[in-house]
Amino acid sequence: MFEGYTAEELQSIFIMQGFSGLSLFSVLLLMGLGLALIFGQMGVINMAHGEFMALGAYTVFLCSNLTHKYAPAFGPYYFICAIIFAFFICALVGALVEWLMIRHLYHRPLDTLLATWGLSLILQQGYRSIFGAREVTPTLPDWLMGSYTLKEGLDIPINGVFVLGLSIIVTAALMLFMYRSKFGLRLRATVQNRKMSGAVGIHTQQVDRLAFAIGCGIAGIAGAAFTTIGSTGPDSGSRYIVDAFLVVVGGGTASLLGCIASAFGIAQAQSVLEFFLDGTKGKVATLLVIVIALMIRPQGLFPSKVRGN
Amino acid sequence: MKVSSRFLHFAAAVSLALAFNTAHAKPPTAEVNTTGLAVTDDTVTVGQLHSATGTMAISETGSIQAEQLAIDQINAAGGVLGRQIKVIQEDGASDWPTFAEKAKKLLVSDKVGTVFGCWTSASRKAVLPVFEKENGMLYYPTFYEGLEQSPNVIYTGQEATQQIIAGLDWIAKEKKAKTFYLIGSDYIWPRTSNKIARKHIENVLKGKVVGEEYYALGHTQFGSLINKIKLKKPDVIYAAVVGGSNVSFYKQLKAAGITSEKQTLLTISVTEDEVLGIGGENLVGFYSSMKYFQSLDNPANKAFVAAFKEKYGADSVIGDVTQAAYLGPWLWKKAVEKANSFDIDKIRAASPGIEMDNAPEGYVKVHENHHLWSKLRIGQWQTDGQAKVLYESELIEPDPFPEGYQ
Repeated sequence: MFEGYTAEELQSIFIMQGFSGLSLFSVLLLMGLGLALIFGQMGVINMAHGEFMALGAYTVFLCSNLTHKYAPAFGPYYFICAIIFAFFICALVGALVEWLMIRHLYHRPLDTLLATWGLSLILQQGYRSIFGAREVTPTLPDWLMGSYTLKEGLDIPINGVFVLGLSIIVTAALMLFMYRSKFGLRLRATVQNRKMSGAVGIHTQQVDRLAFAIGCGIAGIAGAAFTTIGSTGPDSGSRYIVDAFLVVVGGGTASLLGCIASAFGIAQAQSVLEFFLDGTKGKVATLLVIVIALMIRPQGLFPSKVRGN
Repeated sequence: MKVSSRFLHFAAAVSLALAFNTAHAKPPTAEVNTTGLAVTDDTVTVGQLHSATGTMAISETGSIQAEQLAIDQINAAGGVLGRQIKVIQEDGASDWPTFAEKAKKLLVSDKVGTVFGCWTSASRKAVLPVFEKENGMLYYPTFYEGLEQSPNVIYTGQEATQQIIAGLDWIAKEKKAKTFYLIGSDYIWPRTSNKIARKHIENVLKGKVVGEEYYALGHTQFGSLINKIKLKKPDVIYAAVVGGSNVSFYKQLKAAGITSEKQTLLTISVTEDEVLGIGGENLVGFYSSMKYFQSLDNPANKAFVAAFKEKYGADSVIGDVTQAAYLGPWLWKKAVEKANSFDIDKIRAASPGIEMDNAPEGYVKVHENHHLWSKLRIGQWQTDGQAKVLYESELIEPDPFPEGYQ
């Protein structure tokens, strides 16, 4: 397949191919992080994760519309604010959902699955009624579009760089939060032994609510970031959720490190296989790799203890 | 100016209606309806069966609107055989068994005179047995893969050869294209279409297909594909990517520096509806091959676009399928009037040969095989989301079972 190309051309292709793998990695990581946090720390399978991502994307869309209507001069900068908004709005809705629904179901993990799936359907139809069935795209600032041309034939897409940077920041922030903050300590304590944590004075219900809210907030950031890559429709969420679950399950359901490793593995496998095979065969081969990996390590790459009650 | 011309339009419609009512005495119901359809002395009930909810609602909404507009206009002009059209709208909800169930309800309980509906091939295949068993009539608007010809369906969109062959001929001649990279979403329509395209490229154009790939519906990461395109450097990218994937595909092409300045791209899956999501700036300079573009410059199309925007808002756009859906009620009306009956069998017999001089897409005619004769046009996308029509073929005969292309 490589006959007739100069070494320089091949080098460019491989650099771009490497980057497209990295870019897919950052997308998968952003998708999986929030889900891993909620699933891993609380044992709740949040089937509405994709819809929280869609909520983040719709937030960006609304911000874009409002900015271009009322403050067009702010156009080039609104996107950063929109991402922050997306985080807080999704976190807020997440906290509300936890308070109304999830907290009543902590002892029934399978019921949370059903309940959050119901929630996802409600949200989907809600988006359809509010925003319409058509897919929408926010107007993106110019600095996010296009590519850096390093040399002739070697283009690095800016939106890919942006999503990569964002996912590094979010992951780092989450790691710091989990392992270096007081709240992170309380959260990890609650996961290890809920009763004991309660006994030493940790408000475990508050911990749960905040963890769920942060997980949803990160989903919102992911959704906001994806507006640079694709469009958003009422059912976009259901497209994301499968990949998000693959990442989380592949990584070992409770571990952030596993989530990173598995996102990286899946992204590289998919990107390389798609390059050497084709789209459909690449996907099949990727799923096969995941299935085999899970057969060898049923606990995922980095298993750790799931919440004890 | 606008108001007065609108008024004239209205006045014309009213006088037409009056002329119609006085010129033709209404035929008695017993004569025009011998099979127990929902036809009274004053009304005829028809069904509309599209997805108003679920994932396909994005595409089918335009068809629902166009059919309603056509029905409103027909009613304003006096109805069909002096009867006003009443519509029962059912929601297929993007779910194929639901389509079959609702089709059965429309035909068996509601006894509708005809049905305008379906969009995806999957939904059409699901309702087909129902229509054939209950002997209903379906006007189907979408361009599709062909390989079908039912006595109970009138296909108002293009079958595959009508959309593909003339477009490939044009691009091969105009761009001296020899090598093609075929890309599609992974389901029956892109695969069948690309199969026809490949045969035509290899056997007729003596060109070469340097790649053929399919991606799951909803796929958003095209990085590897784009790198392969860069490696293979095809003269033409030939794309049949649909739905949400479209937006990612064109955004990422642009981000990777593949723009119309350096690369020719011809697609059979982008209409004005899709451009609304993709954004004109991401498509500018690329080509679509369709039978209809909103920018077509003829009086019938201008009136259609104006009426559509008046009813559904100035921001609404009209794609190829929306126009094809608009033809459905008109073709049915003509068939009923030619047969002087609402009976399905008589409509079927009357349908071949029915012509419309003033369809927005221009002249169309129903073929013996229940598809339409239509033209093919090549449009080049502009930043405002409209297409500049660069080429218009002769009328193309529909050929749902093309020899040598299967």
